[in-house]
Amino acid sequence: MTTIQLTRKDFVSDQTVRWCPGCGDYAILAQMQKVLPELGIPKENIVFISGIGCSSRFPYYMNTYGIHSIHGRAPTLATGLKLANPDLSVWVITGDGDALSIGGNHLLHAARRNVDINLILFNNRIYGLTKGQYSPTSPRGTRTKSSPMGTIEWPLNPISIALAAEATFVARTVDVLQKHMHDIFLQAANHKGFSFVEVLQNCVIFNDGAWEQYANRKLRDDNDIFLEPGKPMVFGRYSDKGLIQTPDGLEIVELNDEYTIDDLAVHHVESLELAWELSRFQYPKPLPLGVIYNVTRETFGEGVRGQIADAKVLKGEGDLYKLYNAGETWQVKKNGRK
Amino acid sequence: MAEEQTASEKRPVVIQELEDVVIRFAGDSGDGMQLTGTQFTNTAAIVGNDISTLPDYPAEIRAPAGTLAGVSGFQVHMAQSHIWTPGDTPDVLIAMNPAALKASLPDLEPGASIIINTDAFTPANLAKAGYETNPLRDGSLKNFQVYEVPITTLNRNAVQDVEGLSPKQLDRSRNFFALGLVYWLYDRPLEPTMEWVKKKFAKRPEIIEANIRALQAGYNYGDTTRLFQTRYRIRPASLPPGTYRKVSGNEALAMGLVTAARKAGKPLFYGSYPITPASDILHALAPLRNYDVITFQAEDEIAAMGSVVGAAFGGAMAATGTSGPGIALKSEAINLAVMLELPMVIIDVQRGGPSTGLPTKTEQSDLLQVLFGRNGESPLPVLAPATPAECFDIALMAFRIAVRAMTPVIVLSDGYLGNSAQPWNIPDPDDIPPIEIKHPTEPNGNGVFLPYKRDPETLARPWAIPGAAGLEHRIGGLEKAPEYGNVSYSPHDHEQMVRERAEKIARLVEFIPELDVFGPEEGDLLVLGWGSTYGAIHAAVADAQNRDLPVAHAHLRYLNPFPRNLGDVLSRYKRVLVPEMNMGQLAMLLRSQYLCDVTPLNKVQGRPFKIIEISRKIDEMLSGAEK
Ligand code: SF4
Repeated sequence: MTTIQLTRKDFVSDQTVRWCPGCGDYAILAQMQKVLPELGIPKENIVFISGIGCSSRFPYYMNTYGIHSIHGRAPTLATGLKLANPDLSVWVITGDGDALSIGGNHLLHAARRNVDINLILFNNRIYGLTKGQYSPTSPRGTRTKSSPMGTIEWPLNPISIALAAEATFVARTVDVLQKHMHDIFLQAANHKGFSFVEVLQNCVIFNDGAWEQYANRKLRDDNDIFLEPGKPMVFGRYSDKGLIQTPDGLEIVELNDEYTIDDLAVHHVESLELAWELSRFQYPKPLPLGVIYNVTRETFGEGVRGQIADAKVLKGEGDLYKLYNAGETWQVKKNGRK
Repeated sequence: MAEEQTASEKRPVVIQELEDVVIRFAGDSGDGMQLTGTQFTNTAAIVGNDISTLPDYPAEIRAPAGTLAGVSGFQVHMAQSHIWTPGDTPDVLIAMNPAALKASLPDLEPGASIIINTDAFTPANLAKAGYETNPLRDGSLKNFQVYEVPITTLNRNAVQDVEGLSPKQLDRSRNFFALGLVYWLYDRPLEPTMEWVKKKFAKRPEIIEANIRALQAGYNYGDTTRLFQTRYRIRPASLPPGTYRKVSGNEALAMGLVTAARKAGKPLFYGSYPITPASDILHALAPLRNYDVITFQAEDEIAAMGSVVGAAFGGAMAATGTSGPGIALKSEAINLAVMLELPMVIIDVQRGGPSTGLPTKTEQSDLLQVLFGRNGESPLPVLAPATPAECFDIALMAFRIAVRAMTPVIVLSDGYLGNSAQPWNIPDPDDIPPIEIKHPTEPNGNGVFLPYKRDPETLARPWAIPGAAGLEHRIGGLEKAPEYGNVSYSPHDHEQMVRERAEKIARLVEFIPELDVFGPEEGDLLVLGWGSTYGAIHAAVADAQNRDLPVAHAHLRYLNPFPRNLGDVLSRYKRVLVPEMNMGQLAMLLRSQYLCDVTPLNKVQGRPFKIIEISRKIDEMLSGAEK
């Protein structure tokens, strides 16, 4: 294959983008259009599949192949597409309602099967397209049109769900962190297997500021912890805080005379225990961002194609004549039989 | 064969020739009746009879032993002439316990033979079956020819010294004793079953030993006992020449799907969720990986359908199989496929409904669901095979239609077709024409690609698949602008697209065959059916014609669109009888579309029509005796 020189512009479709001005989705779209040229994949081999919701308009704006499908089911279409056509780079664009409410089941199974697709979950903790009802990630007590006295439901934690569902790549980023998001999308694309990326996304209309403490320039340094594989887990405006491993789990310490950077716990992306513990971090603990978990396992497609290859070695290339004549057969000659 | 056991005393046995016979094996669901019936059928097929079978088993895998709920039956009709159904009433019943007797008795006509395993007629078993008195003693069977055989005891004697099996395991071979006895009665060879046992239990020599001994002991018992004075012989049937095998509807559908994919030079993608009575299609396809068959057992019905839509977008020959409850769940994704205009085949092996209904029993009550069970104006083609063997042709035709018109296509089979078997005249795969598919490689609209630019003849849109440079496009469930396929809420665009989608399906009348009529081209009465009622209708009409009654039969394989000449056919008869295993769904369509006041004949008992039920109605209508 010849090297393809594509630019951001190649991935911009002719459709007018129709998200509300100021919506976090714009930044995600822009980053995606920047990342794809770096992958060296011809754009005709890229497919975006979405469900229903604000985020799910995404494929219309990408000048690639795409399907705007039905609510919650994008992972099922992506699974069929990837099995039928393993050469494609398949992306699922989904939201917190789409992926965790109506499509919860499909998310679990795409993850555990390790289908080689990249799923980007835009988490704005609200239903935007239906005009502002609470979502499965809305914090308890959220007041919305459908929960005027505050929700009484406990929210789901997308990262914990992905880990529990045996995803092999689990990461989190924030819509305003352009460079970070870029890097995470690149890593997700390069991971062979199911890549799960949660993007904290701001819905200016119905849930503005839902991620304020992690996104706001003034607050985020003390509230975000950027994970890097093999590096000590340090955070804070002055990189003056970090996590240490204690018998009771991770604890936050201040770096001073007592603790130095060498005392801090190191991020192991292959440790499910560590990933799980990090996934449970909640405000006021810092929010882990970056690649939380990353392991390699046979993908679903590899398994299927492996079986096809094995079957051909064992039984030979399929032959319809043999298929029809399998089992007991008998001849009927003219005028009766045998 | 063990000579010493038969040598005791030779006795005169009359051999009687029969045109056909209907035998039912009935026992507890743990008694191996499906296996016994299948073996008997295979042997009948191998010796050249025409066959038709009807398995009937409970939804529960192991319903409480000895109860009516746990009765498992297998009916086989074998004949020396062409037959169409598994037979209305068994001529011979093999009842392995009281519950099996009680469950089958209402289906027997006086004079039928009943072979009874008397060992199972214990007070406890009688009570479980709800018998207050022992039917063997109370005279309630006086109208039948009853043969009392202590099958369990006789079998124990035959297999007792097989080593390595517990007494309970040894008793499990008693169905082979019963099978051996029936083989003797109908003068059948034991070899095919013996070969099968040896293959099946290759790793368990002790089981081979027990089953073969049981089989031979049953046969020898027939030979030596004075109970049976007559043996029966059924000559080979004069079927059209060719190589035959036995095939069930589900097997034939699976082979049809694989054939379609091979003939299109593409992989077959089959995404499905296990459901009775469709799972056997998945089971038949799963071992065919060397045919480039990708079976995908999805997490639910919805995912199965979604995966099929995705695979079709990717250019695979994509199909799914399910039953009525699964169609309900799949409807949303089927509707997406209608909107995306992608080719795929959706098989509905119907069962009794509504809701979970009767999972293992047959019905034709999903016709209106598949035609109208989706939101919006959502037309798609619906096909229905008439016989198990025809399932093969219909699966192929479904794919031909799907790729021709770029549309999902529904195939309506049912539990009866799916599970029952008949001889199949095996085609030569080379005689089956290819399925030509052209994926565009060039833009179709002045340098741009228009995903909804339709073929002027078929109105199909182009099937451009990812990987084709320059044809990148986005499609979705939202309404679109004609040709461009971009989202459009324009009133005119919507109406135009709705009409085009409808017209595209309507134009398939040019592609599908016209409706054939069996019998007089016009006259007093037409019996019009669809799907698995074919056999019973055909036999009833043939019988009426033999009695010089002016009646014809036509059978619809195409329920949307209807064959072009259907209206004309309907108009040529004074009356039209429409038997259906539902409450009149086709009848309703015919009335609304042709203003033809058809007479419905409805049966919703989870069982196929009997020939006699249709014959009676024909007679009634022609004699003017009906109310
Ligand atoms: S409603 Fe919220 S999420 Fe939707 S487009 Fe507007 S700002 Fe974005």
